[in-house]
Amino acid sequence: MLAHSIIFYFFSFITIASSLMVIASKNTVHAVFFLILDFVSISSLFIMLGAEFLGMLTLIVYVGAVAVLFLFVVMMINVNFSELKSGFLEYIPFGLLIGLVILLELGMMIATWKYKPDFVVSNSIVNKTITNTESLGLVIYTDYIFFFQLSGFILLVAMIGAIVLTFRRKESLRRQDITTQVSRERTDSVELIEVKQSEGVKIND
Amino acid sequence: MMSEYLNIILFDSLKILALLIPVLIAVALIVWVDRRVWGLVQLRKGPNVVGPFGLFQTVADALKYIFKEIIIPAGANKIIFILAPVVTMSLALLAWAVIPFGENLYVTNINVGILYLFAVSSLGVYGIIMAGWASNSKYPFLGALRSAAQMVSYEVSIGLVIINVLLCVGSLNLVDIVIAQKNIWFAIPLFPMFVIFFISALAETNRPPFDLPEAEAELVSGYQTEYSGMMYALFWLGEYANILLMCALGSILFLGGWLSPLDIAPFNLIPSPIWLILKILLLFILFALVKAIVPRYRYDQLMRLGWKVFLPLSLFWVVLTSGFLFYFDLLPN
Repeated sequence: MLAHSIIFYFFSFITIASSLMVIASKNTVHAVFFLILDFVSISSLFIMLGAEFLGMLTLIVYVGAVAVLFLFVVMMINVNFSELKSGFLEYIPFGLLIGLVILLELGMMIATWKYKPDFVVSNSIVNKTITNTESLGLVIYTDYIFFFQLSGFILLVAMIGAIVLTFRRKESLRRQDITTQVSRERTDSVELIEVKQSEGVKIND
Repeated sequence: MMSEYLNIILFDSLKILALLIPVLIAVALIVWVDRRVWGLVQLRKGPNVVGPFGLFQTVADALKYIFKEIIIPAGANKIIFILAPVVTMSLALLAWAVIPFGENLYVTNINVGILYLFAVSSLGVYGIIMAGWASNSKYPFLGALRSAAQMVSYEVSIGLVIINVLLCVGSLNLVDIVIAQKNIWFAIPLFPMFVIFFISALAETNRPPFDLPEAEAELVSGYQTEYSGMMYALFWLGEYANILLMCALGSILFLGGWLSPLDIAPFNLIPSPIWLILKILLLFILFALVKAIVPRYRYDQLMRLGWKVFLPLSLFWVVLTSGFLFYFDLLPN
């Protein structure tokens, strides 16, 4: 148990310290790297809790894909810090409000969980005899299929929205069509013409 | 209590050493195989001078890199610049922990093994992005951007291909995946997926014809441009360790891992690790042949192949496989 708590505090310390560094670091690229460290240590905490499926998904989705795109954007765009810092004080009350709401929600959740155990109905997920991948699969596609499909649709709408917003077709651009290029034959691209002297050739466009 | 922990640590360290040293030696040998195959295709001899058949060529190269000066550019971000090759190399070695060489022959056997492999291989892009950004130079940066886009696009189709295999297995455990292929290797019923996996693995490991992040004709040497000496060698070894890992993943998912091709006397007497090594070697020789034969892709064609060809095809195949398994009541419990 000692080793367990040592490792737990190690990871939770890194989680908190790196999330602080995300806000505190002056260089945005460094901030994203700290965010990645944060994700990795969170997924380690998940694995320590026995939720290895969630831990691996955090690594694949957040670290392997989302943070890569984050880094991509941050590296491409040069963010001006003096401009960002000037609005810092204006946002403090707003940030405090959001923090307060989150704290309230967390407190309510934990209080009901502790003092009224029958309030939490999702006990069916906790089953020690099968792995948590299987137990997630058993409830997601049966009891919670509606929410699962709904979140999928929300993501789909967001994706289509992003494509529509950025999609511009330039008429002047000459695009390549790979199927026409590959299916091109010698007969419809090259022609052998007998050229008569001092008459030239007429090319039909 | 304390001695128990020490015992565990000592025993596991020995196990890790017993895996990592052969992997590193294999990386050195595989570089030689790569250059020999490349040479043979072009009717050259390839490296054949250092040691018997030139086997020690990689060792000689590594020695040369060790004695070269490490140059850190003045404008570079020092910490990230040094960290980048370390990340590449250590991630490439980290993933070997779950590769099973036999039914009871592995460093660890976790029940989400395939997800772990997928996660670690998708982290490999960080070494390249960090190198490109920290170098503070145009060519490495362009190489890093290309690499990030390329690896993210091909991971999607690799993920869908893995889902195809998992549908037939019903478990995320690598040992279970291999045992499920006792009757027939998945390369036969899922042959189109095997082809997609192979091509995506080429793109994922930045191998030719998809080596655009380091395309020497356009970007000098891509993200490695500013690196020298041992740090360059680490990138180089990490890349080959990654390629070997992808070959191992391919042989576990599609070629029956450590299983012998036929379960009869002369074949099943050969110990299981040898079969896995032979399959990895076979896939690697295919990798090397592709490098020698196929010209480099153009960048937009690479993106088109990933998103417009492989993604719809593998998605369709997921629907097809699950429909087939459901209709004929073959779904694993």
